Amino acid sequence: MAHDHDHHHDHDHGSDLDEMTLRVRALETILLEKGYIEPAAIDALIEAYEKKIGPRNGAHVVAKAWADPKFKEWLLKDGTAAMESLGYGGRSGNHLVALENTPAVHNMVVCTLCSCYPWALLGLPPLWYKSAPYRSRTVSEPRSVLKDFGIELPKDTEIRIWDSTAELRYLVVPMRPPGTEGWDEKRLAQLVTRDSMIGTGFPKRPEDLQ
Amino acid sequence: MNGAADMGGMHGFGPVVPEPNEPVFHADWEKKIFALNIGMGAAGIWNLDTYRFVRESIPPPQYLNLSYYGLWVESLHRLMLSYGIATPEEIKAGHAIEPVKQPPRPVTAEQVLNVVHCGHPYNRNARTDALFSPGDKVRTKNMHPHHHTRLPRYARGHVGEIVRIVGCHVFPDSNASEKGEDPHWLYTVRFDGRELWGPDSDPSVRVCIEAWEPYLEKA
Repeated sequence: MAHDHDHHHDHDHGSDLDEMTLRVRALETILLEKGYIEPAAIDALIEAYEKKIGPRNGAHVVAKAWADPKFKEWLLKDGTAAMESLGYGGRSGNHLVALENTPAVHNMVVCTLCSCYPWALLGLPPLWYKSAPYRSRTVSEPRSVLKDFGIELPKDTEIRIWDSTAELRYLVVPMRPPGTEGWDEKRLAQLVTRDSMIGTGFPKRPEDLQ
Repeated sequence: MNGAADMGGMHGFGPVVPEPNEPVFHADWEKKIFALNIGMGAAGIWNLDTYRFVRESIPPPQYLNLSYYGLWVESLHRLMLSYGIATPEEIKAGHAIEPVKQPPRPVTAEQVLNVVHCGHPYNRNARTDALFSPGDKVRTKNMHPHHHTRLPRYARGHVGEIVRIVGCHVFPDSNASEKGEDPHWLYTVRFDGRELWGPDSDPSVRVCIEAWEPYLEKA
């Protein structure tokens, strides 16, 4: 038996594949062979998070809040219900809290313990969000983290950090850029960047769209 | 537990480096391990808190040397071993050797899409009244359990203010050890940055965490 396996291994895997590819292939093969998961389930998950669920969802929510004061009030009061009214929710989005940025308060979201992030609205987190530098420094020195993003806030602006320690997920509602009076939701959504909904960036300005 | 995952306040990791136009995944194996972890989560063999505990139990030298999805590979590897899904020999060989003891019901595409779209709410019915109200001053406990907890080290033994009663939620400290969901009241607690980081730290910083009632005492 053992000899057969080694033989199979050498032929199938080759030496040009990296360690992680080999390790993942081993785990996947065992799970498929033992019938724990169907290949279609693997494909469906990759497709959902690579192609379908992303920051456009969150941008829709933010743009609606900018355009519709009643919706904004609802979103800030009951983020989960307001988000679900637009068809968003599900995994990493069952309990949502929306945080409004104002000239006095700037909100920033982190998960120091792992990588909790509002998948339902922003898709999977970027690498920097899950990285040790961001997870370690955001709670203790947020201004220096913001500098890494090229952002400097006035000294007297309160910086409010939200460490995602439970199953709540946070969405920052950035300040609506000036010069967008009368814009509809769809146009406003083009200004909403992923980072502005985490608190590490600002929305685009109208002139950025030209 | 006081593992490598609990990073808040650590020094020496360097700058945050955003990647312009970052792809969702950087390699095919990342896609696969992502889907295998989430897919197997839907199998109902382990729960989310057990899963997090397995990841944070990776010894610090190994944890800090693995990439993000490398940690997912190591976690699934450990889970498959500890739940008897695979033997070390099988993982080494790269395929099944042992017969399956209890044939599992395979996780289907329909099941995983249900998880994607419906998720898994963590709120539960309360059996007691909430002990604290917004505005109350509370002190987080100074505790260093070896088991899973969601009270980060930097926020232990400090005074903060209750800003919101979130609801009654599954208690990860219990759920991770498979001792049941044992739901408790969950609160948002806000700390002044100087309470956490000392009088010389940035006075404009406030830090909010979610804390379950057993983490808190009246201040």
